[in-house]
Amino acid sequence: MADAMTATPAARFAGGAATISDLGPVGMVTLRADLADPAVAEALSAQGFALPGLRRFAGAPGSGAGWFSPDELLLVTEYGRAPGLATALSEGLAGRHALAVNVSDARAMFRIEGRGARGLIAKGAPVDLSPAAFGPGDLRRTRLGQVACAFWMGEDEAFSLVCFRSLGAHVFAWLRAGAALPTPPGF
Amino acid sequence: MLLLTCPHCGVSGEETEFAPGGEAHITRFGPGSSDDEFTGYLFGRKNPKGVHFERWRHAYGCGKWFHAARSTVTLEVYGTYLATERPPQPILDRIAKRGAK
Amino acid sequence: MTAHRLNSGGRLIDRSKPVRFRFDGAELQGFAGDTLASALLANGKTLLGRSFKYHRPRGLVAAGVEEPNALMTVGEGPRATPNERATMVPLRDGLTAQSQNRWPSLEFDVGAINAAIASVAPVFPAGFYYKTFIFPRVAWKHLYEPVIRRAAGLGRAPEGPDPDAYEHSYAFADILVIGAGPAGLAAARAAAERGARVLLVEQAPAPGGRLLVEADVTVDGLPGAEWAAREAAALAAMANVTILTRTEGAGLYDHGYALLEERRDEAPVRRLWRVRAKRIVVATGAIERPLTFANNDLPGVMLAGAVRDYLALWGVAPGREVVVFTNNDDGYRTALAAHAAGLSVKAVVDPRAEAAGALPEAARAAGLRVMTGMVVAKASGGKALRSVLVARAFEGRLGAGREEIGCDLLAMSGGWSPAVHLFSHTGGKLRWDDDQAMFRPAPERAAPIGPDGEVNTFVAGTADGYLGTAEALADAVEDGARAAAGAGFDGPAPTAPAVEEAGSEPLKPLWFSPGPGKYAHGTKHFLDYQNDVTAADVELAAREGYESVEHAKRYTTLGMATDQGKLSNVNGLAVLAGTLGAQIPAVGTTTFRPPWTPLSFGAVVGLEAGERFKPVRRTPIQDWHEANHAEFEPVGDWRRPFCYRPGGEGREAAVKREVMAVRNGVGILDASTLGKILVKGPDAGRFLDMLYTNVMSSLKPGACRYGLMCNENGFLFDDGVVARLSEDEFLCHTTTGGADRVHGWMEEWLQTEWPELKVYVANLTEQFAQIAVAGPKAREVLAALTDMELSAEAFPFLRLKEGEMAGVPVRVFRISFSGELSYEIAAPAHRGRALWDALLKAGAAHGITPYGTEALHVLRAEKGYIMIGDETDGTVTPQDLGLSWAVSKKKADFIGKRAQERSFLTAPDRWRLVGLEVLDPSKRLPDGAYAAADGAAERPELIGRVTSSYMSPTLGRPIALGLVRHGPERMGEVIDFPVAKGEVMKARIVDPVFYDREGVRLNG
Repeated sequence: MADAMTATPAARFAGGAATISDLGPVGMVTLRADLADPAVAEALSAQGFALPGLRRFAGAPGSGAGWFSPDELLLVTEYGRAPGLATALSEGLAGRHALAVNVSDARAMFRIEGRGARGLIAKGAPVDLSPAAFGPGDLRRTRLGQVACAFWMGEDEAFSLVCFRSLGAHVFAWLRAGAALPTPPGF
Repeated sequence: MLLLTCPHCGVSGEETEFAPGGEAHITRFGPGSSDDEFTGYLFGRKNPKGVHFERWRHAYGCGKWFHAARSTVTLEVYGTYLATERPPQPILDRIAKRGAK
Repeated sequence: MTAHRLNSGGRLIDRSKPVRFRFDGAELQGFAGDTLASALLANGKTLLGRSFKYHRPRGLVAAGVEEPNALMTVGEGPRATPNERATMVPLRDGLTAQSQNRWPSLEFDVGAINAAIASVAPVFPAGFYYKTFIFPRVAWKHLYEPVIRRAAGLGRAPEGPDPDAYEHSYAFADILVIGAGPAGLAAARAAAERGARVLLVEQAPAPGGRLLVEADVTVDGLPGAEWAAREAAALAAMANVTILTRTEGAGLYDHGYALLEERRDEAPVRRLWRVRAKRIVVATGAIERPLTFANNDLPGVMLAGAVRDYLALWGVAPGREVVVFTNNDDGYRTALAAHAAGLSVKAVVDPRAEAAGALPEAARAAGLRVMTGMVVAKASGGKALRSVLVARAFEGRLGAGREEIGCDLLAMSGGWSPAVHLFSHTGGKLRWDDDQAMFRPAPERAAPIGPDGEVNTFVAGTADGYLGTAEALADAVEDGARAAAGAGFDGPAPTAPAVEEAGSEPLKPLWFSPGPGKYAHGTKHFLDYQNDVTAADVELAAREGYESVEHAKRYTTLGMATDQGKLSNVNGLAVLAGTLGAQIPAVGTTTFRPPWTPLSFGAVVGLEAGERFKPVRRTPIQDWHEANHAEFEPVGDWRRPFCYRPGGEGREAAVKREVMAVRNGVGILDASTLGKILVKGPDAGRFLDMLYTNVMSSLKPGACRYGLMCNENGFLFDDGVVARLSEDEFLCHTTTGGADRVHGWMEEWLQTEWPELKVYVANLTEQFAQIAVAGPKAREVLAALTDMELSAEAFPFLRLKEGEMAGVPVRVFRISFSGELSYEIAAPAHRGRALWDALLKAGAAHGITPYGTEALHVLRAEKGYIMIGDETDGTVTPQDLGLSWAVSKKKADFIGKRAQERSFLTAPDRWRLVGLEVLDPSKRLPDGAYAAADGAAERPELIGRVTSSYMSPTLGRPIALGLVRHGPERMGEVIDFPVAKGEVMKARIVDPVFYDREGVRLNG
């Protein structure tokens, strides 16, 4: 799939308060199901995923499950695996009311790292991003400036941030502009 | 700017994360209903000065609808609860304790 | 050294660091730590502006945020910022400032003729604008307003985009303390000691407030300024405390939300802090009141506290020969400070019969002349103060003992008003304190609350009406502890620091000094310097019936605009009360509104300027459009190609070329913006039967159906093709603008009305690039890229197939919005561009032509297909549009069904869809034109309107669609469209399908 191209192919900004990179195509699957049903955890486990807790991301940046709502997860995997993962989850939950669908292309994903990462996102998201309030494994769906987004933090305190693909260029430009300015005091 | 707590995801977020949906606990009337019933369903809204039960959606968050009991005068939020629920007793108790109408 | 810079003093300046700046073109020098105001004063610049209405010469009145006169344009070109208070602008190398509201120069100002005229006749009394410029109306727009705007008015907006960077920052705190004077420092310390996360902000460059100035105050045994520095350092060292200087509390809002504006010398030059705090402590101090006497606006008349500020903070003497006019003991501090600085204090004028407090006694002990029972009746001078007339005042008249005292500086103090603005922003109520003659917070009447219903805002120190340092600090530590407790941080009650300070005797309110001569002629008693409102204006307003304080404010403009009543409020209320014979608390006060001082537009916009101002959604094929001469139009948040104009082709020619390519060959359209919503579950069919007017549950897997969605009012709001992917999966296409709305609509019904339905939806709009290939040659183009069966038999109209095309997994829909053979191909968005390129390459042999939204519109209109937003406007039903065939009569219920049974929606005379054919084909009907029963009538009865109108390239003549009363029953009749004065276009009512009525072209 050499012809797969993200909204901001190979975009990267370094040298500012934080480093922002487009990681190329990433596999993503939306799973909608009753997360309290043990069958969901089983089906996930069979595919190598753990069920995340409330507003948590379980797993590593390139492979894991994010809690999106009481009946929605966002699974992250390799781009090429996503269609098969959606099918496998559908089969694993056959007979139950569930929806698993490949959304890898519907979103743009950026990695935001560096000491200014928290302060950068706080320039646009109405979320308490102090270390006491938001740490590794935490996930938040909210807005960044004027657009909807979700982000979660890895063990290395780098953020993964997703938004709709059509707004990927806007969000990258926004993040780049914010990262070019110093980190506000308090972060 | 209001702070609301989404009962689905637990986020205490600012108003800009939410979308308002008007008065709660409106019964839908469809085919077979009288003109009065249908008019009430479509257009009859309370708009009280005081306690208001209302619908909100955590539009920029988990996407879920919920209900809030709120004073339109003091803006106190007596509580939030699921969109499928009637106002829970603890919320009604709190409203009563405030002597709010 | 300059005449006004003293050889010693100046706590904030660094005399080893000279700073060069320019004012009105002249090169001047100050020191690091100066404000623009202090540096101008040090250079002897006392005339700094002309007043708003009368163009009277004005100088500095204050040293801080309340300065009404010294408004400057700072910076040049696109960086110019108008209306900056010189008192709030830190001096820096290369700074340029311009005075405002003067022409051609500050010294010689043509507008001052206003002042000259006003000296012999009342030219601009209160309500002048309302009374004078009413008739004729047209003159307001073309004559009065432009002239007034040039003559009056403040600075000019800069030209060109602002090159500076701005940003927002969200911040969360347990406790936000606004103001880092003594009370703010003490409250912050009390809260921080308990472990609360504290954000402490100060609008000045350094914390300390008045402790930096007052010589007689010691705290915890230290001189006030040293104590403040020690506390600030201790707070800064705490991990749970953040201190921001040059950051003002601009506004407080509900539930602990605060807007703060931080000013910086480097990018970002402004930072708008959006703070959410559990509890807020307002420690914003107090503002000194001017005294109201004749010509109290002459340059050289200043607030007494400001005079101390200039002496103590910047080592600048605003004048050399000083008269102090004060109705309270605090003013004596200025006399003492001026005397200590070596200035000549000519007199202290005090209207109180007696002044026996510690400070007056100290003044007498220093040998100063104290004149009790006297007032300043009038100030005299040209562009600068020369002398003041001092006299006894008795029942509103001047008495004996008149004496003219030469001076170049009058320091006045009418008492202090707590800065209650922020407390008032969220509804905090005030009470009148008669002893101190001030409005002060009355939380027992009303105080801001949080979402939990608990009081979340406390006012501390001077802002709370405690003018003495000891009582202010006691109040502040208590408020700090209360705020911390409210935020969940308990601890032992803190003790207030010990304070030593000269005691104060009560003030005597003095709201008006009578002047000599005929009142209000020749001299003016100003209440509001910034808006040029005099005592006579307020009295006139009261006489003319504007007795309510809110009416008087608007009639006179007292305390309006950027001043927000900082200097003018209480004095104005007192004059109004005096005129009405009422008490001040009975008159009440006006409402303070955010912001505390004006916010810059840049700070409000933050990062979202220029390319980031409006988030524009881009399809996976947007780059190609941009590189290939697309002209874009906004559709929802997208920018879709309207048409492509290679080689500068004319717009009409381009649209015609694109339409004809689809009719005769093959066209290609980026349809990625169409909404695509997956609806899955055992109840999906049942659910869609409720949402669409037609039946979707009967659709066979692999088949497509055009569907309509109405709201509960029965009106059509979206349409699109629904494809059944499998037994329990449907893919619903929506309009471009409707995707998010329809997705939200589905979630709303599922979550709130029918939670029992087993249905999940997912918005896949962005997962797929969607490309329409349309025209008789469409099948041949696709065939070159896929081995999918494409024949009309194997792949009939309204079916879908999955397969691979150019190596990309695709889902192909045989649907058509042009009436031609057409396929819509959905591919994963990341690979959409690759597929687009492959289709262009494969289609090259057939002359494949990219087409835009205008060609799309023309093609659909030729076929009589409706467009949401053109044929619909929120008041149109499917039945109105001849779409009854798509409204189920069998279903017991669907959204909108009950509404469509209402008599108004079933009335036979509703306007319904028809085609319109102009009799004169040289001209097309204007979009939106109304049809009249009789086009010649003066007030015609309207019977319909044009909803779409195009020049049809296929037919070579104009076509239009419209809604006409009884339209479908009037086929062949000619109706009138009065389109301009005296011009009536005539059009024949025809079938809305203009082209290929039999539909033979669908199969190619």
